[in-house]
Amino acid sequence: MSRIGVFVCWCGSNIAGTVDVKKLTEEAAKIPGVVEAVDYKYMCSDPGQNSLRNMIREKNLTGVVLAACSPHMHENTFRKAAVKEGLNPYFVEIANIREQVSWVHEDKERATYKAMDLLKMMVEKVKRDRAIEDVRVPLTKRALVIGGGISGMQAALDIASGGVEVILVEKEPSIGGRMIQLDETFPTLDCSSCIMTPKMVEVSQHPNIKLYTYSEVENVSGYIGNFNVKIKKMTKSVVEKDCTGCGDCWNACPMHKNVKSEFNINLSERTAIYVPFPQAVPLVPVIDRAACLHFKKGGKCVKCYEVCGPKCIDFTIQDEIIEEKVGAIVAATGFDLMDNSLYGEYGYGKYKDVISGLQFERLLSASGPTEGVIKRPSDGKTPQTIVFIQCVGSRDPEKGVPYCSKVCCMYTAKHAKLFSHKVHGSQSYVFYIDIRATGKGYEEFIRDTIEKDGVVYLRGRVSKIYQDRDKLIIRGADTLSGNQVEIAADMVVLATGVIPKKGSDKIAQMLGISYDKYGFFTESHPKLRPAESSTAGIYLAGMAQGPRDIPESVVSGSAAASKILGLFSKSEYEVEGTIAGVNKTTCVGCFYCQRVCAYSAISKEEIKDRNGNVIKVVANVNPGLCTGCGACVNACFSKSIDVKGYMDDQIYAEIRSLAI
Amino acid sequence: MAGKTGENVKDPRIIAFVCNWCTYSGADLAGTSRMKYADNIRVIKLPCSGRIDPLFIVEAFKKGAKGVLVSGCHPGDCHYTSGNYHSRRKYAAFRDLLNYLGVDLNRVEFSWISASEGNKWVSVVSEFTEKIKSLPDVHDIFSSR
Repeated sequence: MSRIGVFVCWCGSNIAGTVDVKKLTEEAAKIPGVVEAVDYKYMCSDPGQNSLRNMIREKNLTGVVLAACSPHMHENTFRKAAVKEGLNPYFVEIANIREQVSWVHEDKERATYKAMDLLKMMVEKVKRDRAIEDVRVPLTKRALVIGGGISGMQAALDIASGGVEVILVEKEPSIGGRMIQLDETFPTLDCSSCIMTPKMVEVSQHPNIKLYTYSEVENVSGYIGNFNVKIKKMTKSVVEKDCTGCGDCWNACPMHKNVKSEFNINLSERTAIYVPFPQAVPLVPVIDRAACLHFKKGGKCVKCYEVCGPKCIDFTIQDEIIEEKVGAIVAATGFDLMDNSLYGEYGYGKYKDVISGLQFERLLSASGPTEGVIKRPSDGKTPQTIVFIQCVGSRDPEKGVPYCSKVCCMYTAKHAKLFSHKVHGSQSYVFYIDIRATGKGYEEFIRDTIEKDGVVYLRGRVSKIYQDRDKLIIRGADTLSGNQVEIAADMVVLATGVIPKKGSDKIAQMLGISYDKYGFFTESHPKLRPAESSTAGIYLAGMAQGPRDIPESVVSGSAAASKILGLFSKSEYEVEGTIAGVNKTTCVGCFYCQRVCAYSAISKEEIKDRNGNVIKVVANVNPGLCTGCGACVNACFSKSIDVKGYMDDQIYAEIRSLAI
Repeated sequence: MAGKTGENVKDPRIIAFVCNWCTYSGADLAGTSRMKYADNIRVIKLPCSGRIDPLFIVEAFKKGAKGVLVSGCHPGDCHYTSGNYHSRRKYAAFRDLLNYLGVDLNRVEFSWISASEGNKWVSVVSEFTEKIKSLPDVHDIFSSR
């Protein structure tokens, strides 16, 4: 016989403003099986939880239904309170009358009626709840970090320093990510490679970090605590352990004019055997086989091999698949920039001197293609006037993306400032929509750029850019003065919008984590669980989650690391017990369930008689692998498999409770 | 109790079977964003759209629902990798059966709604509710009680 307690939460006026909570409570008390119904202003508060605990104890409740906010909000809060009174946590059900009633409907009478329906459904469900015990799974205390940019490096270093072994996988030949491409960083103007290189070296030398560069994660299977990872280590054609990074090979390579440098974003050329930049970690070159004459011309060219002292170049090395077992994963895959050519009016790709902000960053860099001297790409002259255009792609729902890329306001000011420092007497103009400078010292930095460096900020958009002899003519609007402006400049720099790294959607699908419509990975909770993905054991860091600056990326890397260290501080991990169970008496052993299971959680089990003869073969669920999705339930012809917490009889009872 | 839905065709009862991860969260997001939509819908939460048995839909119609909405994660986004594909396949076959039984297919709706699509939830629910209201009174295998 069920003894159910009902609690109706007001949530202040959030629920009580639209739902008649008193009436709801009165009606709830009349539902068969309900022993008492009460209402309270804030059920999630301590006194609210105490009233729940008291009723469980005093009325000897077998189940609890709360009419309150979404179960995604406070289900755990109330389950924990119930556990303290010895009630199995799965005897707590929540009717979502805030997010799905009071906040979305206006007619009080009808909202109250709908709330009543949802409450009745949950009473019928809780009557049929069974006690569920959580499952404990062992933990492999090793972590995988995908992406060797600043956030991935930070995560790897923090985890490794906590005494846990880390596998860091980076797609490019060197770690460092986007940050190592930058020149100086706002608002302190410390040089990026000066603060980055020591960190990169620390990563490569840390005894707990196993670094795979020029490698990609190819497949991930398993679950929290027990992931199996396949890493494809693309061949560098170089024996890494013997290479000294002397550089003889790339100096000897005859292919020094034809391949654009990815690191310098097409502003310079690289050889076929190359390191992306001089401070690369590891300092081991790779052979780009698509560009190498040895591979293109049937093995004739062996110049790099001839000059190599330690003879570590080996053209026969093949791609390698490495398998690793880990217990947790950090996805820090970073970002790309939007395609500037979407904006034909700016002439990117048509005029050589219209470049992206990241390209300008390389022109500023002392290790860049011009060794830090600002030279425009068309004729190598030093520009005297530069026009910067902000929000190219960002905040443009028509052609680009509706969101703000967050870093462009700041780096544009930095570019203009550094330009004025490097080229005395020069002039910069910045076209902007708004200035967003919300970080520590950011607003002061912008002010300083305007007041001390004389950079002219024009609020408005550029309508057209065209070439007139060796000048670029920029036509735009200054909406504050209401005038059309025309500027003759030597160079134009576009602050291009940030988008997720190409292929990050594939990574998300491989990991089984969710991502938003732009492709950024979504957090388990946008505010309260910002470091966790929707899948247990997989954590997020850096720009892969959305636009953010360097300090925020570092923080997110550390946050993911601390989550993992916390997870690994226990000997076992507890998984929710809402998983599939087989009725082995009725199971006929057709194994349709096995065919639909995405987790390989179903195996064959032999049932034997006392003489050891196999009587029949039935399905068996591995509790560590099962996630409780319920695909098997619908595949079962003999109704022999069901998912705890969402049993067939419960769902039918919910539907029947809605009968008219 | 006043405010009851489902007593006549102009105020139909609609039952939605949704997955926990995408559509239920999307419906929550609509609430958090204070969007408004028709209150005829009753949501039954399941772990995954792959858990939605076609017989649930039959049961919903049997109990007087005038419309049934099935919704889960977009293809490729399933929290359980492939549950929504199972759901889609089952649904395609099941529609044929409903059609054969003489059920107006306008009364069942299948839609992908992600956790970030609160606005899509609102438009799907609102449009579906309007569609059900515009249909003639039901005379099919489930209404001859």
